[in-house]
Amino acid sequence: MTDDTALQRVKFYQTGTRTVGNRLLTEDDRTVQASMGRSNAITSGHRACQGCGEALGARYALDAAMRAADGRLVAVNATGCLEVFTTPFPETSWQIPWLHSVFGNAPAVATGVAAGLRMRGKTDVRVVAQGGDGGTTDIGFGCLSGMFERNDDVLYICYDNEAYMNTGVQRSSATPPTARTATTPALGDAPGNVFGTGKNMPRIAMAHNIPYVATASVSDLHDLEAKVTRAMGICGARYIHVFVPCPLGWGSASENTVLIARLAVECGLFPLFEAEHGDVVSVGKIRRRVPVDDYLRLQRRFAHLFRKGAEDRQRIEAIQRMADANITRYGLVDAEDDQ
Amino acid sequence: MTEKSRPFAITLDPGTSLQNHTGSWRSSRPVYVDRLPPCNNACPAGENIQNWLYHAEGGDYAAAWQSLIRDNPMPAVMGRVCYHTCETACNRGQLDEAVSIHAVERFLGDFAIKEGLTPVVDAPPSGKRVLVIGAGPSGLSAAYHLTRLGHAVTIREAGPMAGGMMRFGIPKYRLPRDVLDVEIDRIIGMGITLELNTRVEDIDAAFDAEGFDAVFVAVGAHLARRTEIPAHAAGRILDAVSLLRDVELGATPPQLGRRVIVYGGGNTAMDVARTAKRLGVDEAMIVYRRSRDEMPAQDFEAREAEEEGVLIHWLRTIKQIDESAFTVEKMRIDAEGRPQPTGEFETLEADTLVLALGQDVDAAFLDAVPGVQIAGDGVVEVDSQMMTGRAGLFAGGDMVPSERTVTVAIGHGKKAARNVDAWLRGGQYEKAPKAELASFENLNTWYYDDAPKRVQDQLSMVRRQSGFEEVEKGLTEDNALFEARRCLSCGNCFECDNCYGICPDNAVIKLGPGNRFSIDLDYCKGCGICATECPCGAIKMVPEIA
Amino acid sequence: MMKQIEGSQGIAEAVALCRPQVVCAYPITPQTHIVEGVGAMVKAGALQHCEFINVESEFAALSVAIGASAVGARAYTATASQGLLFMAEAVYNAAGLGLPIVMTVGNRAIGAPINIWNDHSDSMALKDAGWIQLYAETNQEAADLHIQAFRLAEELSCPVMVCVDGFILTHAFERIEIPTQPQVDAYLPPFAPVQQLDVDNPYSIGAMVGPEAFTEVRYLGHQKQIEALDVIPRIAAEFEAAFGRASGGLVRPYRVEGAETVVVALGSVNGTIKDVIDAVRDAGAAIGSITISSFRPFPLAELHGLLAGAARVVCVEKSLAPGLGGVLASNVRMALRGMAVPVYTVIAGLGGRPITRASLADVFHLAADDKLDDVTFLDLNHAVIAQQLALADRDRHSGPIAENLLKALNPGLVRAKPQDERPKP
Ligand SMILES: Cc1cc2nc3c(=O)[nH]c(=O)nc-3n(C[C@H](O)[C@H](O)[C@H](O)COP(=O)(O)OP(=O)(O)OC[C@H]3O[C@@H](n4cnc5c(N)ncnc54)[C@H](O)[C@@H]3O)c2cc1C
Ligand SMILES: Cc1ncc(C[n+]2csc(CCOP(=O)(O)OP(=O)(O)O)c2C)c(N)n1
Ligand code: SF4
Ligand SMILES: [Mg+2]
Repeated sequence: MTDDTALQRVKFYQTGTRTVGNRLLTEDDRTVQASMGRSNAITSGHRACQGCGEALGARYALDAAMRAADGRLVAVNATGCLEVFTTPFPETSWQIPWLHSVFGNAPAVATGVAAGLRMRGKTDVRVVAQGGDGGTTDIGFGCLSGMFERNDDVLYICYDNEAYMNTGVQRSSATPPTARTATTPALGDAPGNVFGTGKNMPRIAMAHNIPYVATASVSDLHDLEAKVTRAMGICGARYIHVFVPCPLGWGSASENTVLIARLAVECGLFPLFEAEHGDVVSVGKIRRRVPVDDYLRLQRRFAHLFRKGAEDRQRIEAIQRMADANITRYGLVDAEDDQ
Repeated sequence: MTEKSRPFAITLDPGTSLQNHTGSWRSSRPVYVDRLPPCNNACPAGENIQNWLYHAEGGDYAAAWQSLIRDNPMPAVMGRVCYHTCETACNRGQLDEAVSIHAVERFLGDFAIKEGLTPVVDAPPSGKRVLVIGAGPSGLSAAYHLTRLGHAVTIREAGPMAGGMMRFGIPKYRLPRDVLDVEIDRIIGMGITLELNTRVEDIDAAFDAEGFDAVFVAVGAHLARRTEIPAHAAGRILDAVSLLRDVELGATPPQLGRRVIVYGGGNTAMDVARTAKRLGVDEAMIVYRRSRDEMPAQDFEAREAEEEGVLIHWLRTIKQIDESAFTVEKMRIDAEGRPQPTGEFETLEADTLVLALGQDVDAAFLDAVPGVQIAGDGVVEVDSQMMTGRAGLFAGGDMVPSERTVTVAIGHGKKAARNVDAWLRGGQYEKAPKAELASFENLNTWYYDDAPKRVQDQLSMVRRQSGFEEVEKGLTEDNALFEARRCLSCGNCFECDNCYGICPDNAVIKLGPGNRFSIDLDYCKGCGICATECPCGAIKMVPEIA
Repeated sequence: MMKQIEGSQGIAEAVALCRPQVVCAYPITPQTHIVEGVGAMVKAGALQHCEFINVESEFAALSVAIGASAVGARAYTATASQGLLFMAEAVYNAAGLGLPIVMTVGNRAIGAPINIWNDHSDSMALKDAGWIQLYAETNQEAADLHIQAFRLAEELSCPVMVCVDGFILTHAFERIEIPTQPQVDAYLPPFAPVQQLDVDNPYSIGAMVGPEAFTEVRYLGHQKQIEALDVIPRIAAEFEAAFGRASGGLVRPYRVEGAETVVVALGSVNGTIKDVIDAVRDAGAAIGSITISSFRPFPLAELHGLLAGAARVVCVEKSLAPGLGGVLASNVRMALRGMAVPVYTVIAGLGGRPITRASLADVFHLAADDKLDDVTFLDLNHAVIAQQLALADRDRHSGPIAENLLKALNPGLVRAKPQDERPKP
């Protein structure tokens, strides 16, 4: 008597909402990634490094967008690792229509794509633009702001690996304080990137009052897919900022990519939230709060903070304060277990 | 768009990177493994707990039950009386609380009873005949497994009913007899000959005169141990095992008086005291010379006894009995953990003393068998194949050196059956090598949701104190399902799709429901994310040999 | 229909007749009136099925056009000067991707010093970006060239830049024949892209190409321009047949028969040049001129043929390659391969300096006597230069040249710094 009603009644699954799939969930409740029929927007054979968070994040996001758009999707890509590792002549890893123009213009190109499609009567085809943090927060910033301001029908996805990786790990305006990059070496009195710099792109996006802004992480696929799906259900300019660790640039073990992304969320440095028309409407609560040390220690770009016998507590505490400020600002920890 | 007109080099055909085999970058590769879950490792009956929970959580209770009875023929009994060392070992205990394995097992056992499920026997008859002596759990288990292996089995039992201590020791309120009966009948119903009221005295005759090819002895330990207490005109002194047996046979309820002292600290002591309570005594007391920490009984047994009004006098020995006055000396535990007298005395009043000081084995009938080695307390030596010094004579259960529990007895029965089988076929049973243990460190517990354990209901206290109705209730289907789903599936793939989803190179191939996954070595770069992010530790990175 | 309108309006109307689907606009003088004109037509509903997008920069303007073109939409934008340089990266990109975008450049000087008036520095800076470059001589031709440009671009999958002299053409009111919609529709078929972002054929467009194939990609781009040398005259001929007037083509010779001196120039200055030639030739000098309408591709063979009998060539150029001289002259020299003919460069009209007939007549006379320097700056104020150079000689810190020049030219405009504030030598 395998009672179907009990099977449905008992909603708890050991891994329920956390793993990619679960054989006990209905297809609809599983992630897109669990599906044997997922579109694999980026297929195998690409030249991303071992454990590349960007390769993973892009496939996650685009496969979800593909499902939401019923396969009617085109993508525009800024120059950067994602573009380079997917499309070196004579091979491309993309299985969806894809266009690369230059480094700083992806949002504008996408605007043109959307307009062109409209004018050609292909109103069912949706447009995604994507780029790295450098392509988004720095060189493409003007075009992105313009696209937002006009509320063009484009979903822009930023894959934030916190530096210009493709050119060999240089600082961008998304590089966190103290991080060592090729242009912020771990030398001198203030090793690594300095405090008090950098942009908060999601909040800047929100300031444009666009219909939808969200942050997401490769460590939380369900959340990421839900956000992409939500975004795809909206018309107008939308922005999703995805946290994608870079083993090469961060000096982390390739197997720890997802773990590090998770720790960034769990320590508060990378808050997960959604905003509509400029207001935060939901936040991803921290499940198991950890000190920033746990996150920083796994990355050689922060190694100078943890020199044997000379831990730079002052700077680590300053980073902890950044995390704490996020936790307070977004209410990432429920009051009762916030001690 | 024709092939010719597309721009050269800047425009590329979709998915062409499949020509680029990035697998050559790899220095280590992921390998799917089945690690040994700690529950399985801890189970004395060798149950594949993780496997039957896997079936149960999917709602396929019949498959779960069939998986379960591959090792243990009595899940309904087991789910009630087993002391579940599996739950102590359960990795989930380090996360929140252990999975209530026994409760799911009982649910499956009761489900099978309700549905009339039977084991699948498909081995061809071997033509061999095996005699099993004693119809306790060990004997029944051996008979069951031997039958499944194709041998013709006869059980000879000295008593009037099968079950051994499950029937004559463990009280009804913990193990209802209808449950016990069904599970025994199901075993016997597989084609086993059960001869009751048949005490076996002559082993050699069984081999030589009757022509049995092998014999398994599991006569348990039934001789109550006694102790010398100076007594003047003492009241009644009974032994626990006899008392429980009398209650079970139900002839005339034993005369216990108003107050009873039970002497001992094992499960038998607890059961006798609780039984006395149910028989209507005003006061049931336990006197035990050590403290709670040292008692051999399970903590829950003492707790439930106390709940029912049994008073336990820890750290006391009975020094003298005068009529109804019991002089007891207080004890203390020394550095080695042994009880030492303190010279301080107290007096307790009671009408009856029940001794529950343990049992010895009655192995007299084996004395004459050449090669069989018997210790002072009757315990019989066996080798690693469960065979005594006499070829073809195997033994197990309470009568051999080991822990004395139903589960161990059932495990012995299974192990002996396998060895008997191998011996009969002229070989030696080779145990499959143990897989690497699935430790808590192998798990990535992030992926498991928080879920507090589901508890079993209990009978109301009034009814617990007044009758033999079962105390512990079974789980509802919903709760059993929930509990099964709390299992972390330690070390064994449960098809959560994590590896499939999380590979940045799409190098994990999903083989479809029930078929798990494989690695596409053409593209796997060996990053190791799948291994780190496997919730249950079923992927291992193995260096590539250059 | 003949209209008396501003050049920009004429271009806007011609562009609108080409049924563009996406038009992106960003203001910069002297191009602004063109996109304003198109925008107004879209807003008023006169131009339908067209999106007019106000963008945040020229870089975005061309990028939007790239995106639109990549999905098979007819895309148009216009810019000038600083704007063209601001979008430079996208200019190269559009050509590399083979996207048939049409863009008007309202030619204007490039700063510093910032200057809004006409010359050809802007389009010359991007002459080798892979675009076809057409230069309009008159407002009529400016309008006509846009109609031809869409045909050309789409036939070749190559972007086309229509260069129109700022102010001189863009802001001049002239009579222009504006064709009818059916006429243009008959001449310009709907855009049938050779490649596009298409969900049913999901190609990747814009791959990274390494040394193993980059040369071939570039060669094919070059080949496309060579092919254009055939296509441009053909569609110009068809245009003439359809619309009843000649416009465009590769080159237009003027009185070159028997000319010993041949003047070569781009754009509107050819009108003045022809006037001067008429005067000078009538006075007996053997002089003619050639208007180059297509600068890219460069009509080497046509020039070679036309210049076969010439004794000298004078290139009147509105841009300067500092340190070299004339870009046009260098190009013309390639057409004279195997001919011992001197090519003189006359740099004229920089930053809007009027090119007068008198001055042109003077240099043509000097040329006829072979007394012209290799590079001549028309109407250069030698006194100012001499003064500035003397200052510079005395004192390397004499301040920005532009300011000093202005001061020398018009002492009242700039307050001179007190003598003692200047560092001593
Ligand atoms: C009161 C009490 C409570 C217990 N509670 C639990 C509990 O909750 N959980 C748990 O795991 N364990 C419990 N145990 C222990 C458990 O019952 C035994 O360890 C187990 O029954 C041993 O099984 P066995 O087959 O070895 O022997 P037994 O169960 O003792 O069976 C031996 C059988 O052999 C028969 N026999 C003896 N001599 C002969 C002969 N010569 N010829 C033929 N037949 C013979 C006997 O009549 C008996 O039926 C309890 C024990 C007692 C006494
Ligand atoms: C205009 C321009 N400037 C600089 C570059 C060089 N460049 C190419 S990719 C890149 C870095 C990209 O960084 P980001 O956008 O963060 O993406 P990532 O590679 O880190 O994923 C740079 C600086 C360029 N291609 N174009
Ligand atoms: S979680 Fe499941 S597999 Fe792991 S030890 Fe507990 S019951 Fe066994
Ligand atoms: Mg980056």
